[in-house]
Amino acid sequence: MKTTLTVNGRSHQVEHDARRTLLDTIRDDLGLPGTKKGCDHGQCGACTILLNGERVNSCLCLTAMHDGDDITTIEGIGSPDRLSALQKAFVEKDGYQCGYCTPGQIMSATAMLREVSEGAPSYVSGDLDGAALTDAEMAERMSGNLCRCSAYPLIREAILMASEAET
Amino acid sequence: MKDHFTMDEPQPRVLDETKQGVIGTPMDRPDGARKVSGTAGYAADHKVEGMAHGVLVRATISRGRVTDIGRASVMDLDGVIEVVTDPRMTRNPAQGMAGEAPVQPGDDVHYHGQPIAVVVAETFEAARDAAQRLVVTYRKEDAASDPDATPDTEVGDPETAGDFDAAWAKADVRLDRTYTTPSQVSAAMEPHAAIAEWTDGRVELRSSLQMVRFNKAELADTLGIDADRVRILSPFVGGGFGSKLGLGPEAVAAAIASEKLGRPVRVVMSRQNVFDAVLRRSETRQRVRLGASKDGQLLALSHDDRVSNLDGEGFAEPVSQASQFLYRADGLSFTQTVARIAATPAGSVRAPGEAVGMVALEAAMDELADELGVDPVELRLNNLPDTHPMDGRAFSTRRLADCLQDGAARFGWADRWTRGTRREGDWLIGMGVASAARSNMLVKSAARVRLQGDRAVVETDMTDIGTGTYAILSQIAGEMLGLSPDRVDVRLGDSDLPGASGSGGSFGASSAGSATFLAAKRIRRDIARKLGCPEDALTLQNGRARGDNREADLSELIDQELVGEAEIEAGKTDESHFSAGFGAHFAEVAVNEWTGEVRVRRMLAVMSMGRILNEKTARSQALGGMIWGIGTALTEEVQSDARDGHVVTRDLANYHVPSHADVPGDMQVVFLEERDDWANPIQTKGIGELGISGAGAAVINAISHATGHRTYDCPALPDRVISSLAP
Amino acid sequence: MRPIDYRRASSFDDAAAGQIIAGGTNLLDLMKIEVMTPDTVVDITRLDGLSTIEAEDDGLRIGALVTNTMLANDARVRAGWPLLSRAILAGASAQIRNKATTGGNLLQRTRCPYFYDTSQACNKRSPGEGCAARGGAGRMLALFGTSDQCLAAHPSDMAVALAALQAEVEIRGAEGRRRRVPIHDFYRGPGDRPDIETVLDRGDLITAVVLPRPLEGARQTYRKVRDRASYAFALVSVAGSVTMDGETMSDVSLAYGSVAPHPWMDHDVVAMLEGERPSDALFQRAADRLVPDSAPHPDTDYKRTLLRRTFIATLRQLTGLGDATGTDIARTHG
Repeated sequence: MKTTLTVNGRSHQVEHDARRTLLDTIRDDLGLPGTKKGCDHGQCGACTILLNGERVNSCLCLTAMHDGDDITTIEGIGSPDRLSALQKAFVEKDGYQCGYCTPGQIMSATAMLREVSEGAPSYVSGDLDGAALTDAEMAERMSGNLCRCSAYPLIREAILMASEAET
Repeated sequence: MKDHFTMDEPQPRVLDETKQGVIGTPMDRPDGARKVSGTAGYAADHKVEGMAHGVLVRATISRGRVTDIGRASVMDLDGVIEVVTDPRMTRNPAQGMAGEAPVQPGDDVHYHGQPIAVVVAETFEAARDAAQRLVVTYRKEDAASDPDATPDTEVGDPETAGDFDAAWAKADVRLDRTYTTPSQVSAAMEPHAAIAEWTDGRVELRSSLQMVRFNKAELADTLGIDADRVRILSPFVGGGFGSKLGLGPEAVAAAIASEKLGRPVRVVMSRQNVFDAVLRRSETRQRVRLGASKDGQLLALSHDDRVSNLDGEGFAEPVSQASQFLYRADGLSFTQTVARIAATPAGSVRAPGEAVGMVALEAAMDELADELGVDPVELRLNNLPDTHPMDGRAFSTRRLADCLQDGAARFGWADRWTRGTRREGDWLIGMGVASAARSNMLVKSAARVRLQGDRAVVETDMTDIGTGTYAILSQIAGEMLGLSPDRVDVRLGDSDLPGASGSGGSFGASSAGSATFLAAKRIRRDIARKLGCPEDALTLQNGRARGDNREADLSELIDQELVGEAEIEAGKTDESHFSAGFGAHFAEVAVNEWTGEVRVRRMLAVMSMGRILNEKTARSQALGGMIWGIGTALTEEVQSDARDGHVVTRDLANYHVPSHADVPGDMQVVFLEERDDWANPIQTKGIGELGISGAGAAVINAISHATGHRTYDCPALPDRVISSLAP
Repeated sequence: MRPIDYRRASSFDDAAAGQIIAGGTNLLDLMKIEVMTPDTVVDITRLDGLSTIEAEDDGLRIGALVTNTMLANDARVRAGWPLLSRAILAGASAQIRNKATTGGNLLQRTRCPYFYDTSQACNKRSPGEGCAARGGAGRMLALFGTSDQCLAAHPSDMAVALAALQAEVEIRGAEGRRRRVPIHDFYRGPGDRPDIETVLDRGDLITAVVLPRPLEGARQTYRKVRDRASYAFALVSVAGSVTMDGETMSDVSLAYGSVAPHPWMDHDVVAMLEGERPSDALFQRAADRLVPDSAPHPDTDYKRTLLRRTFIATLRQLTGLGDATGTDIARTHG
């Protein structure tokens, strides 16, 4: 079957098995392997993309269901010679080690910063009226992105650094 | 020509004399931009023209024989190309540094989850479906899968020094405790993956592997071909932690399927496959006996353990490794029992031995301090040995006492309160300490450095599994050649390059780093000759060579490429001196008195681990280890079904690696200055595993300090914590 | 995953044509490992009228396709039914909550690892096959409401909150008629057919969840205890709402998660509490009533103690006897 997707601002028509997930479409059909497969079951966050602006696990999206949708992958955030503020902060703070979960962390953090600015609450928010970008808030909000190298404190330092650079 | 160097005597501190000044600096990783932009190529990221997709089929019995593979059950499915079985297929990944084929079981099944075939199809979706639908017929056999109940055990000879029984009898205070730790897994974020392609009788394998030199030999032996017909590429590895030391069944399956089908084949393990068929850390049952005099001198120390593995695997978790050198006692005794079970085999997972053995030893030390009424830091300081307690070797360098004292001061240890007396609302607060120790090794390694003008290239089959190899090798070569590290390209993970130690046992930086150092040193000799000065008069800095009043830019002086290649291996210093990294972990936790939930509030590690090559990547390694300690103490547990040995927690929703929320922001690491002249010519020690060694114990001890009750079983899940609290 | 015929529903009637898919966060997870093997999946995400939250009388009507994120963030929900926001935010991850829907959350399957592993016998997956969890490793299994055929627990956080809030599920039948079923009647116990989990008939479509008017002045919380601090299923959870009338508890609503095949409720316990002054002694007595004398699987015996303690802690928090600062505040004290 055929599905049309806008990925990083470019429109693509892909022909695919009805079973195909966005993750495999992005990696194998569109040649954008920056989005990673860590578990294929929504249990690690390595495949995080922005789907119509919201962070989702691309492994849990059937490509067929996303005809006409707008997708941003890590390749759409910045390239090695044109890194985003968040990507630069990850490099400077060493917010990664093996680098495999990193695209997912960055995609997730990109959305997370916007969610916080919009006043979305989290499970650890003292009340439900939104919260400041404390370490505990970031930790809870980023918990859908596992990092086995355990760069967690440095990932959060990087996110904080990037958020301060932008405000 | 290759320089060969054996570590027979203490080495001068050349890197303290060179002038570039990049060693130790917190330089950003040169591979960073690629990692954060998703352009670093991991094994499965590659797409090869004509590539077919393979998915492994697992055995669903725990012992027996495949009598029929049921090929016909899936061959009619759209897109299925072949169901591949082969007597060369392997049962499990090779153990670290095996350099030969893992067990090739043929039609025999030795554990539930063993890969028994690979289904190859035109699409991943078709291959996955067919692998699940394949109807396999077995002849089942009985086998014991419960490590506690199996009658099949091997009891090792006790390793002893002095007379434990006599010392135990003399002790005023005796502590005899049994601890358990569950099976754990590496759970690297990148699932094990391989792409194989044959060209003119030579196989090229892209796979996620830690030890390319060994893996090449393993693949050649497995396939029964000469090693020169094998090329392995592993430039980026999405985490290893021991799980990718040895060639895996997915790589063998890809190579065989590709050979049979005459086209490239990619095999990526599903996450469930990884849990089923990648080497796990054994569960442990540990008995620690500590006998002390009233004044807090250890007299007797015994650490006996029981671990498990599958028949045919030589590896046994070396549980008491650190217990054999950390403290002094008149009598020491260590006995290991290995239970043989039909279950996923065990192997190296980050800091095999220390990672779990030190949880027991250091928790026992904590309890002994309580029994004696001595501060736990003091007890440790009072019992440091002068020489290796088991074999009398001198310590090369050991700043354990400094680490404990410095850490205690930084952490506010003096303000520690009486056990079980501090609360904030429903949360009980406690502080814990543990020593850190991990033996240090040098493994045979080669590297080549090329200098062309003022640009250099380092070439070795060494890997970077997140450890920072790309960074540190560019720093070492840059320092030695007087170049900014961004003038140094580092090529790794290609078996056609000089063979290195690989990444494992925390020996990678020291071993491959020393080889790089020696290769660059050889080039310095050539530069000195070209400049016309003696080697020891040569100064290289910022692309300029100076010596004996001569000066030249390297870009002009080096008109044709200079090549240095060197190999290093351990020698006599290893016999005369014992080298290990040391440190001290401190943790503060909050324990909910109602639910038993534990939250780590802050941690500090003070470490002395030789020369630090890159302060930034070294810190990351240390932090990672400490967080693995949190996982060991609080969250990680493989649960298996005792009836058939199958892994029950076979995905990342059920096996709980720590998440962001399990880790506080306040995680501090302090490195104490140290040079280990006996270890290697760059005076380094391993880092990646010292961070975990003892870290879990500091958390466990903090829990006990918070609640006033001991927990002897890891991880300290809510139910285990509340079972020790008042009803 | 078996080959599938993908269809996009353009009307409610189309929904009857196969396995409904919306967020897909659990369905795709299970289809990939062939625990669920539908021939046809019907994508209902483009149906009109299912994606909004609307005021209805004094309550709210939440469309079945409203995402977990949208529901948890809704200003009216945060103000009037904070328990529901908290419960949703306690579940899964931000990524999953952005996809998971209200209707789908109610229908998520158990996380029993034997259900998830096709090499293991499971009556929920294949009725009559047996239950390998019995005698196996069973830390996540249920405490209440099990049968000889099945010991599995329902993993939802949201459904537990909805139970405590006495929400109703709005269902459109195959013939087009709509009916409303209280949450606690929506689920059926496993009995002899653990594969049948709800009262939904063939062709039924959940169209909405309806919240009754908010409880004025109620204190609410959702307390979830799990094996790691986030991104994990509950060992036990307690959804609680308590309204005080002077010194006494006038209105109490409680539901318990991950202890039964569906959100668990115990009206006797509520009856013991309502009209009484809060005290530790009362809470202990109520806990005695709540917690069973034995567990259906030895590995869940701990849930008896953990549920008791979490129950008491939650009531203490809601009535001001205990630490009022809520869920996971240990670290921010530091």
